[in-house]
Amino acid sequence: MSAGSGWISDALREHEQGHDHGERPEMPAGRTELPVTDREQQVLDRIGRARRRRPRVREERITMSHGAGGKATQSLIEAVFLDAFRNPLLEPLEDAASLSVGGARLALTTDSYVVSPLFFPGGNIGDLAVNGTVNDLSVSGATPLYLTAGFILEEGFPVADLERVVSSMRDAAMAAGVSIVTGDTKVVQRGKADGCYVNTAGVGIIAVDALLGVAHAQPGDAIVVSGPVGDHGITVMLARGELDIEADVSSDTAPLNGLIAQLLDAVPDVRAMRDATRGGVATILNEIARAADVGVLVSEDAIPVRAEVRGACELLGIDPMYVACEGRLVAVVPGDSADAAVKALRSHPLGAEAAVIGAVAADQPGIVQLKTSFGGTRIVDLLVGDPLPRIC
Amino acid sequence: MRFVDEFRDADKAHALAAKIAALCEPGREYKFMEVCGGHTHTIYKHGLEDYLPEQVVLVHGPGCPVCVIPMGRVDDAVALASEPGVIMTSFGDMMRVPGSHGSFFDAKAAGTDIRMVYSPLDSLKIARQNPDRQVVFMAIGFETTAPSTAVTMLRAAAEGLANFSVFCNHVTIIPAIKAILDSPDLRLDGFIGPGHVSTVIGCRPYEFIARDYGKPVVVAGFEPLDILQSIYMLMVQLSRGRSEVENQYSRVVPWDGNLVALKAIGETMELRPYFEWRGLGFISHSALAVRQPFAAMDAERRFSVPGVRVADPKACQCGEVLKGVLKPWECKVFGTACTPETPIGTCMVSPEGACAAYYNYGRMNRHRVAEAASAHSAGPA
Amino acid sequence: MCLGIPGEVIELDLERPDLAKVSVSGVRRLINIALLADDPPKPGEWVLIHVGFALSKIDEHEAAAAMQFLESIGQAYEDEMAALRESLIE
Repeated sequence: MSAGSGWISDALREHEQGHDHGERPEMPAGRTELPVTDREQQVLDRIGRARRRRPRVREERITMSHGAGGKATQSLIEAVFLDAFRNPLLEPLEDAASLSVGGARLALTTDSYVVSPLFFPGGNIGDLAVNGTVNDLSVSGATPLYLTAGFILEEGFPVADLERVVSSMRDAAMAAGVSIVTGDTKVVQRGKADGCYVNTAGVGIIAVDALLGVAHAQPGDAIVVSGPVGDHGITVMLARGELDIEADVSSDTAPLNGLIAQLLDAVPDVRAMRDATRGGVATILNEIARAADVGVLVSEDAIPVRAEVRGACELLGIDPMYVACEGRLVAVVPGDSADAAVKALRSHPLGAEAAVIGAVAADQPGIVQLKTSFGGTRIVDLLVGDPLPRIC
Repeated sequence: MRFVDEFRDADKAHALAAKIAALCEPGREYKFMEVCGGHTHTIYKHGLEDYLPEQVVLVHGPGCPVCVIPMGRVDDAVALASEPGVIMTSFGDMMRVPGSHGSFFDAKAAGTDIRMVYSPLDSLKIARQNPDRQVVFMAIGFETTAPSTAVTMLRAAAEGLANFSVFCNHVTIIPAIKAILDSPDLRLDGFIGPGHVSTVIGCRPYEFIARDYGKPVVVAGFEPLDILQSIYMLMVQLSRGRSEVENQYSRVVPWDGNLVALKAIGETMELRPYFEWRGLGFISHSALAVRQPFAAMDAERRFSVPGVRVADPKACQCGEVLKGVLKPWECKVFGTACTPETPIGTCMVSPEGACAAYYNYGRMNRHRVAEAASAHSAGPA
Repeated sequence: MCLGIPGEVIELDLERPDLAKVSVSGVRRLINIALLADDPPKPGEWVLIHVGFALSKIDEHEAAAAMQFLESIGQAYEDEMAALRESLIE
């Protein structure tokens, strides 16, 4: 995709207009040039407007970026799917849709799993499928009940491997307290489906009164994470064996419904919950900033990362904040409930290393700021490109 | 992490910042160029500028080997990758650099076999596993990376690997620095010298900067304290009216460089008479090509490349950003038409490019940050 | 591209002298040490790793010296700040 002339000339025109129109603040008498910081702020404002524009997919073909969970994924979802299917239930674009059916409030979610390799330390595609779906329901405030499981199998895939995947799913479903009640099987020719792809859907009952959603985040809220980030993405990356890296890391895939129930018990006014998957914690922070139009401030030192994950990230030149997890909760809670939230999470084995990582602010809406270990400040934007493909 | 965490200590940063501020003469501006893209990246990633007094200004230089590749060479690479039977291997940084008809990433989506590698040696593995295919490695980088390409070529030769070649786009740093020094647009007070390039070429090659142009040079490490300390060392030199080459990164950089590495380069590569640099034009003796004895491994000789010179899009001001004349946000298309997802120029697409660094890390209202910091009395201000 | 990180050499391969296993925070990888052929690293020594190669040894003395300088500045700064605080109290 080369930069089509249309949108470049648009941008140039905007740049010129910015210089002509009265966007400037009052100029001190005698000054012919704006001070540098004001000019820079004008550019930043212009960029802010450009970012808020309706998303378009400029590419003619799907690229791996569209699956990375970052900007391209977001653009694709908004410009193609949301645009075509648009309805009020879809628009929140949360992890699950909240439905009202005959007086009951249900959560409905779906996911597809294309992880490569299929088996890795800590789990396999089956565990991911069950836990991932359970988690999408749980973070929506629902008690997960029933799952579907659709399989797309490659011709030649060993039945023994399929049995391993399926028995993991059975065990994971039992641990999470859900049942797999319907499914489907397709087989495609050798060379497609990379062994096995799994699709799931899940339904649960929403028991909480509160309206959960990242759009409800407010200045003063605290942001909490349930444990160290990046374990899953790094594990899968290393398990591919292409990088010849050995490390004692394993996937953090786990069902979070028990942990979440404990959190909601202690802090009923949780504003929002997400499980950090593709795109990592950074993606969720940006989703909060964008959906609620607030600023998000996090502290690098506060974000828990295991030493080996940090080491692998340094080696590969990746930021742990963008690396996928599969069993980590990010929650937005009212500021004065932060301590109670951390305490509740830490009392559960899956939340032993829970921590407050940051806060929601009114300042610089839509932007996520990070206070670095070093003491400086920088922003954390949505991921561009795809450093770790096919992670989940 | 050892040799990393201790160089990210915020308390020591405050101390250095105070010392730097103490050396600033009132009313005087100090402009230092950090040549190396890795330094630009660190500066933004750690929010280092928050520690510097307003009088000390950092100018971003052309030391980003991805950023300086002209569009025509990207087109050549895509053409190579599109040759039947070719598997192109490339570092991740190159994957999204736009050519006239798209990037490696776009070509990959259209079916071309382009694979990301972490090390040039990974290309040899792919070549061994695919004896019926031709593996071409997109070799980019300054003198830091050239030795690795060289050793890979020597390995391939020793193994008699017949299906491996290199599309050589290695560039050398000194001619770029000289072009900056000779440019009338800039008035610099000193240089934060490249760190990892210097592990290979040593510190002597920078002596001409101090001697002939009177500018101090401090070869700097990549942790935030390294850069702050280097700025401090530059300020000390200026305050004493000195101009010398100093090595702040002495724990890694040997003054004489790495002879084994230089020999490996010398054996496999030679300087091209001239090479086009994005934004800086043609510079003589500034890039490497594969030497004749290794012609079988020279992708340019093995295959035919279009070799068409392509001018940058009119809207692109990468050249001025690379020379430090424009700050990223001063480019007309920065952030609107040119973003990391839709890059027009290389400065935005390379992780080390100044525009990418500013867009991804630095794009915020500095005054509000400083106000917030002093309000919470936790910040560096 | 300039990405170079410190790693500790933990194992050498006698049969393949141009390779070494390094550890970065517990993450282990084989890297090529051919560029250090003049003075090959031994287990326990640290090297700078760049695209799968060791470019240079990390000199622990120089690192300690660099740290010492930073500590001294830090200490001087602490002393000054302490003095400043004390003078304020008076």
